[in-house]
Amino acid sequence: MTALLEVKGLKVQVEDNEILHGLDLTVNDGEIHAIMGPNGSGKSTLSHVIAGKPGYDVTGGEILFKGEDLLEMEPDERAAKGVFLAFQYPMEIPGVATMTFLRTALNAQRKARGESEFSTPDFLKKVKEVSARLGIPQDMLKRGVNVGFSGGEKKRNEVLQMALFEPSLCILDEMDSGLDIDALRIAADGVNALRAKNRSMIVITHYQRLLNYIVPDFVHVMSKGRVVTSGGKELALELEKSGYAQFEDKAA
Amino acid sequence: MNVALVKSTEQPYGELFAEARGRLPGDGLVASARKAAFDDFAARGLPHRRIEEWKYTDLRALLRTVAPLAPSPEKAALARAAVAVKALGIDGTQKFVLVDGVFVPQLSDVNGLEKGVSVRTLRDALEDKDNAVRADLLRTTVASDAMISLNAALATDGMVIDVADGVTLTKPLHIVHVATSSETSHVTRSLVKIGKGAKATLVESFAAADGAKAYQAHDSIVVWLGDDAALEHVRLMEDALDAANITTGIFTLGARTRLNSFGLTRGGAVSRYQGFITFAGEGSELATNGVNLLGNRRLGDTTLVVDHTVPNCVSREVFRAVLDDQAHSVFQGRIIVRQIAQKTDGKMMTRALLLSDECEADNKPELEIFADDVACGHGATAGAIDEELLFYLRARGLPEKEAQGLLIAAFVGEAIESIVDDGLRDIAISTAERWLAARG
Repeated sequence: MTALLEVKGLKVQVEDNEILHGLDLTVNDGEIHAIMGPNGSGKSTLSHVIAGKPGYDVTGGEILFKGEDLLEMEPDERAAKGVFLAFQYPMEIPGVATMTFLRTALNAQRKARGESEFSTPDFLKKVKEVSARLGIPQDMLKRGVNVGFSGGEKKRNEVLQMALFEPSLCILDEMDSGLDIDALRIAADGVNALRAKNRSMIVITHYQRLLNYIVPDFVHVMSKGRVVTSGGKELALELEKSGYAQFEDKAA
Repeated sequence: MNVALVKSTEQPYGELFAEARGRLPGDGLVASARKAAFDDFAARGLPHRRIEEWKYTDLRALLRTVAPLAPSPEKAALARAAVAVKALGIDGTQKFVLVDGVFVPQLSDVNGLEKGVSVRTLRDALEDKDNAVRADLLRTTVASDAMISLNAALATDGMVIDVADGVTLTKPLHIVHVATSSETSHVTRSLVKIGKGAKATLVESFAAADGAKAYQAHDSIVVWLGDDAALEHVRLMEDALDAANITTGIFTLGARTRLNSFGLTRGGAVSRYQGFITFAGEGSELATNGVNLLGNRRLGDTTLVVDHTVPNCVSREVFRAVLDDQAHSVFQGRIIVRQIAQKTDGKMMTRALLLSDECEADNKPELEIFADDVACGHGATAGAIDEELLFYLRARGLPEKEAQGLLIAAFVGEAIESIVDDGLRDIAISTAERWLAARG
């Protein structure tokens, strides 16, 4: 069986600095992988490269998504194939109503996949249903994308998009940053509701706290551009006690 | 050192006026007013970069000369004009169509005027011997400028519209300028009076018929708002690619009036709109907004002078320019607050979005404040599309062009949203969308 995502020997540079030095990661259908590590270990770089953010040079290795070469695809093609990056800091887009944004994006993805576009009433029905489930008030959808949203609202808006676009791979980049415990719980509940056999997740976080809410199947520790150790969910608890220092030596 | 330049341009202008004279309506008083205006123009010549107000729009370099007056449009030209009027796609307005500077009743909605509106042509008004002050129709007191004088000297026609006190119009009044002839000047001047407590919408369109090239539109629009009057004003400029459009707007606002003015320019090699807006009565509110969508080597210049001569008025200016290729956008905004104009609240904000490395945006705010209890401010930005925003949209599945389009539409949206009339707002939005689509 083909893995959903296979990262093999990935080397990435930004300007002339190598950030990832040959990273390997395999994610199968329905699995939740947590990637932990200290600041500067390359966690966010990995998420950006999978999503196709410009500004990174891949100098070695490959990324296969459903067996296809992901690095050859534009960011929008990756989204249409089922890659979703939940941003650490979702962007504010004044002048673009959230509803317009959601419909345009969803229909662009469907069009790219050769599926029929949603009609306005069908779309509205779907958004209403999903946003009610996530506790997102309707008036938030009329406002500009993320404009004037609190940190928690922005993350809930990311989860709403995840629920609408139904991606097969969700990458949650430091979802816990800037959230208090209540906001974190709401966002995590939203994510948990999306767990499914045909949906995998990569949860990137600095702290173990998030993993109390989104319980992973696997935990990987990154340090200095490599995965230095992998294990089950208990690895996260161990890290919480002993810190990252032990692994930094390992990577050196 | 300017002498040589002035001399070299003086000669052809004399001929220009001599040739035009026989076709210009109004004799006696009117003719001498025209002569005085022309002499003023000839003495100054086309404005050039050493004249501060025209620093970025050097007409001597851009136009070189004033094109001769267009002949009166013939049957074939009128047929082409009719197609252009239809192509505007604006329904439900009371249209007054000027073709190459001449009013054409058969293309206009001359019947079915709403109660309280009276309309005549400038030609009629200038030839009305019963009106002792008919020459005043050509005079401008609030500003002095070579192009204002040229317009007064050569105006062949225009609309003179009067909305009676207390009348609320349901249909927008719509002055449509259509160019059919090439390498000629189309000189028009319209005057609009909105009576006390009256409410109206005024739309102005500039369009080119198929085949009209390198023409020069020279227009003036003079508007008075009586006390408590309200006017929605929308200008849509879609001139031919190699045409020039030099328009002066003169607005005088009575007490407690509301003027909401919006302009969109996507046409012409050279488009200059200079607006002079005077607060003459207390408690009035002005919003003047605009969008320039410019590609190729087009130049779009908006120059505004907002003069607070009385206390307690509010002015807001919001401008957006989207520039591609070697396009050039100019915004000059002057706010004058006279010493007695206490409690003035005046703000302007202009932003330019630069889509290429070779486009240019110039922005010149000028605040002249003589009163001490006022709130005035201005801001300006210029920059490329935010790459982070673009990536966010692309990561959500929008192809690059579509993502750019959405961001550009949002960028100009703030200015377009100010149009109150739903239909006109949709027209402005679809004009912007067409421009985006044409970028390809």
